[in-house]
Amino acid sequence: MSKKVEFKIKRYNPETAESSVADYEVPAKDGMTVLDAVNHIKDTQDSSLAHRWSCRMGICGSCGAIVNGKPVLMCQTFCENTKAPIRVEPMRNFPVIKDLVVDIDSAMEHLREAMPYTDIINRHASLDKEILQTPKQQEKFKQTSQCIKCMLCYSACPVVGHNPKYIGPAAAALADRYLSDNHDQISDERMDSITEKNGIWLCSFIGECSVVCPKKVDPAVALQRLKVMGVLHSAKKIISKRPKKS
Amino acid sequence: MEINTQHDLLIIGGGAAGLRAAIAAAEINPKAKIALISKVYPTRSHTVSAEGGLAAAMKDYDSLDQHAYDTIKGSDFLADQDAVEYFVKHAKEEIIQMEHWGCPWSREENGTLAVRAFGGMSVKRTVYAADKTGFYMLHTLFERTLKHENIKRYDEWFATKLVTDDNGIAGVVALQLKTGMLQAFSAKAIIICTGGAGRMYHFTTNGGIKTGDGMYLAYEAGAALKDMEFIQFHPTALLRNGILITEAARGEGGYLINKNGDRFLKDYLPQKMELGPRDMISRAIITEIRAGRGLKNQYGNYVLLDLRHLGDKVIKEKLPLVREIAMEFAHIDPSIEPIPVTPAQHYTMGGIDVDMNMETTVSGLYAAGETNCISINGANRLGSNSLTDCLVFGKVAGEKAAHKTAKKSSESVLKSALEDEEKSLAKLLGQKGKESASDIRLTMEKTMDKDAGIYRDEKSLQTGLDSILELQQKSNNVHLKDKSIVFNTELINYLELKSMLTLAEATIRSALARKESRGSHSRSDFPDRDDKHFLKHHTVSKKNGRMELKTSPVTITRWQPEERKY
Repeated sequence: MSKKVEFKIKRYNPETAESSVADYEVPAKDGMTVLDAVNHIKDTQDSSLAHRWSCRMGICGSCGAIVNGKPVLMCQTFCENTKAPIRVEPMRNFPVIKDLVVDIDSAMEHLREAMPYTDIINRHASLDKEILQTPKQQEKFKQTSQCIKCMLCYSACPVVGHNPKYIGPAAAALADRYLSDNHDQISDERMDSITEKNGIWLCSFIGECSVVCPKKVDPAVALQRLKVMGVLHSAKKIISKRPKKS
Repeated sequence: MEINTQHDLLIIGGGAAGLRAAIAAAEINPKAKIALISKVYPTRSHTVSAEGGLAAAMKDYDSLDQHAYDTIKGSDFLADQDAVEYFVKHAKEEIIQMEHWGCPWSREENGTLAVRAFGGMSVKRTVYAADKTGFYMLHTLFERTLKHENIKRYDEWFATKLVTDDNGIAGVVALQLKTGMLQAFSAKAIIICTGGAGRMYHFTTNGGIKTGDGMYLAYEAGAALKDMEFIQFHPTALLRNGILITEAARGEGGYLINKNGDRFLKDYLPQKMELGPRDMISRAIITEIRAGRGLKNQYGNYVLLDLRHLGDKVIKEKLPLVREIAMEFAHIDPSIEPIPVTPAQHYTMGGIDVDMNMETTVSGLYAAGETNCISINGANRLGSNSLTDCLVFGKVAGEKAAHKTAKKSSESVLKSALEDEEKSLAKLLGQKGKESASDIRLTMEKTMDKDAGIYRDEKSLQTGLDSILELQQKSNNVHLKDKSIVFNTELINYLELKSMLTLAEATIRSALARKESRGSHSRSDFPDRDDKHFLKHHTVSKKNGRMELKTSPVTITRWQPEERKY
């Protein structure tokens, strides 16, 4: 008899609006991830189980869930390192659609507030020649550009839990990524956007976002950096609005 | 019952080709009302897993002709050379365009773009962003779409049917996963950018979403599928789960070694060694394994990818994802131990047949990216041409489709299509079949691995075809446990399976008809290339409910077919 791993998976039925916890057993295999196990359950035991996944290599950001209380990507969470019974629940701070599937549209929409695009070079600029950017200049946004938009940070952030309108960690990190890029030229508009009333000021620096980030983006530090920039930005705006002496 | 008439242009699929098409359409026609419909959030698209880089003749030592020739030779002379010439000519400007949009290409110390070596490319011409090139491209493109107010996203909508009328394309019916709402969208033009169909195979580098939906939709709508027999097997997938270990690992100097520690490619590709084209290296690995010089453990046969001599610094800086994958999923530090690898399905060279405007034979229906077949890849794609392909031809598709001014079709045809789809989904959910869709899927995958793999012959292909046809029958008799229409992944997986069973049939029928070996298509019973009979494309289209196989000529401009020797 091969060893089995016990699972407790939180289910939600959108037709009846009922939640439950279902028990499953999966034959233990070397190197099995929680995602492998959930796929195994769906294929062989309960085809109605709903979850998202695709790349199974930690880069597409689809398979976020709460495993034994922690927000993780299921494809990067190994059963042998996880205490059984393994509890799998949907990400927190988002409305549950079905079983492990949550509605992350709100977080995806917050990304717009970061104005995550360069606007420097108008599109009539020459496409014959590259614009130089040294590895040292790239180093400034290397970490923040690793975000895969899995939204685990929103799931972990207590501020998001209280106020879903808060711009949130991933969007803030994205703003910081473009602000740190020497190809960027819309920093003032972006600073205006992220310092609005539901913007970066709401962050209370609890730092859970950075703890759970599977790509080590460290949104918490990005947010503190943005707050300093925000103060300078506001000061600059006040000075520039002061009437000129005649 | 609602008809969504808000859009002129619909793009189905939100990977690199779809996003590039959307931006191109929005830029060239700021008034165009564009919808981007994707079954996943665009950042989940499989472009995200592309690692090594994208090719263009960027450097002074390179030339368009050289890039074109390498590509055509790599294709085993089945590429259409007019398409290749357009492709190489516009590659560089797309890379610089992406740079302007903030894509962090890797750089030399002086700030110029860095390039690396890739298989089958005669000089270093692969631009890259560490070994997460696809990830950076996809996110840069996605973020860029947020700038354009006329691109409206429909995330997690699954297209179930393309609707046509006498004028060509009329629209699409799609299901919103979150609500279960079915809607018909009217359109003047539709671009399919849904990627390849790698999940027909069991051992594949492809993500779970790569199920060929768009190819199937186009086929059902009357478009032809071209060159479907050509399936690329990547030489170095991680043993056990098939996760891609990028060719850049060899581009940066990695070795492939057998159980005796020999760099066995010296017996196959002495000039190119690890930088040979993928079809030849995959065959060499299989030959080594069959000769007993591979290694074996509980997960199967394999050879070793040795990066130890590159040193920690190169691995960390240039191949961070390889390192992460090896450590995370194989518990191996590549600076200390070689990585166990084996060939896996990676890319579908074939796809929806399009002309140089990316338009299919159905007026107003376009396709770009892996899902189409122009063809620049012919019988074997060179590594790092596909990301460039998504950009160059995604842009063409977006611009051409944005200018399509066909009269919008009447709503009645959309309304009746919508009603039909509603009925057929309701019927499916109520169906009392006895077959399990996941069992059928697994059997299909194993059949394709075994019978339509790297080496095939008449017998294996015929056995494979029989199995696939039987599975198609079985698939009409499945039972779906989940009866709710809301986020019913069981239903979606079933629809994906139906697509793949059709595409598997097209793949095998085309492979049976090609009685020669060319590029990735290696017939053990016909080991040589046969230009006299097979320097032509195969197309498959739907005629009277059945597959009709035809041929079409290969466009040759300046490079006459010659023996493909490296």
